[in-house]
Amino acid sequence: MADSALHDIPSVYEPSLFGTYSKKIGMWLFLLSDSLTFGALLYAYSYGRISLGDAWPKPFHSESIINATVMTAFLLTSSLTMVFAVRASVHGDAKWQRLWLLATMLCGTGFIVLHGREWSNLIAEGLSLPMFPKVPGHEAVSEFADVSKTVPQFAATFFGLTGMHMLHVTLGVIYLGVVALRRKFIPILLVLWLVAWLGTPVYSPFHYGAHVLLVAAIVCGIILWLKPKVYDSSDVEVAGLYWHFVDLVWMFIFPLVYLMSAKIL
Amino acid sequence: MDTTQIALAERSAEEQRHHGKAVFFWVWGALLVMTAIEVFLTYQHMQPGKMLTILLGLSFIKAALIIGYFMHLKYEVSSMKWVTMCSVVGCLILMTIFFFPDAFRILYLGVK
Repeated sequence: MADSALHDIPSVYEPSLFGTYSKKIGMWLFLLSDSLTFGALLYAYSYGRISLGDAWPKPFHSESIINATVMTAFLLTSSLTMVFAVRASVHGDAKWQRLWLLATMLCGTGFIVLHGREWSNLIAEGLSLPMFPKVPGHEAVSEFADVSKTVPQFAATFFGLTGMHMLHVTLGVIYLGVVALRRKFIPILLVLWLVAWLGTPVYSPFHYGAHVLLVAAIVCGIILWLKPKVYDSSDVEVAGLYWHFVDLVWMFIFPLVYLMSAKIL
Repeated sequence: MDTTQIALAERSAEEQRHHGKAVFFWVWGALLVMTAIEVFLTYQHMQPGKMLTILLGLSFIKAALIIGYFMHLKYEVSSMKWVTMCSVVGCLILMTIFFFPDAFRILYLGVK
């Protein structure tokens, strides 16, 4: 039915092959290319996991698994609230659209905070990358101090994969913030940047990673200044596609990275 | 947006207006239950190969639910479904062909 409906739409151009508007097709094409980025990172991690067998580190004990499970629940719930935001937008309910978008952002922020805590714990236990600053006082007692030297692929693929996903979630929260609050979101983003930058110790990778928020605030400021607009239901739907994709990728990272490398006593 | 784009966006919005909330709660519940099953299996001391197969199977079911219902692909036109899914699956199969023969060769050579 949808296919035949395509030709009923009046146009000066030929009908859309995919039966939908360009923004949505553009987002789908971006997500397809992005899925290959994550596919390559997941393959890199799985390659190491399979080829090294028992030599592969298993740093995820019960506390980590519970933490990652709660993170998964946050993302799944955020997808549900995102669906409701899209529904509210197509019904023209601006108030509920904004509230559901804010609820989605809240769940996404919860995910980032828990993920940051997980990273900090692993780094404190000795799992680190050469580019990360050393944690003072932890060198001697680190549980995985040797792992970074004997199996460097683990830290490289783990931090590469989960870091890339965390960056996507962070940019997703910012994207939704711009759609929900437009220009009002820029000062909030700058406050978040200051809190993240000044509130994290200098030996934390998040101390420097927080500058992503500053860069995002500048880029969003330029975009909103050049093309100020009220975002309609198609913009919310396209933002929703991006957000669900971030959730979708985590559905593979959680079992392949965390559950397959769980430390079971 | 021009008139064509507005008409297409309005048609997309019109399709979404007809979906009840209940189906999304069911999908969300199913995703949570499958996540709980995955975590339960982790503590069952299964063989890694068997566990990997089950976990990947559940992950693909979860991915299909998210793409179909949350990302709305189930309600798109057939050309959109086929082009998007075939292209990404094809690329992932190519990646598998390039990556995994070597990984398995290492495994069978006994390098642990």
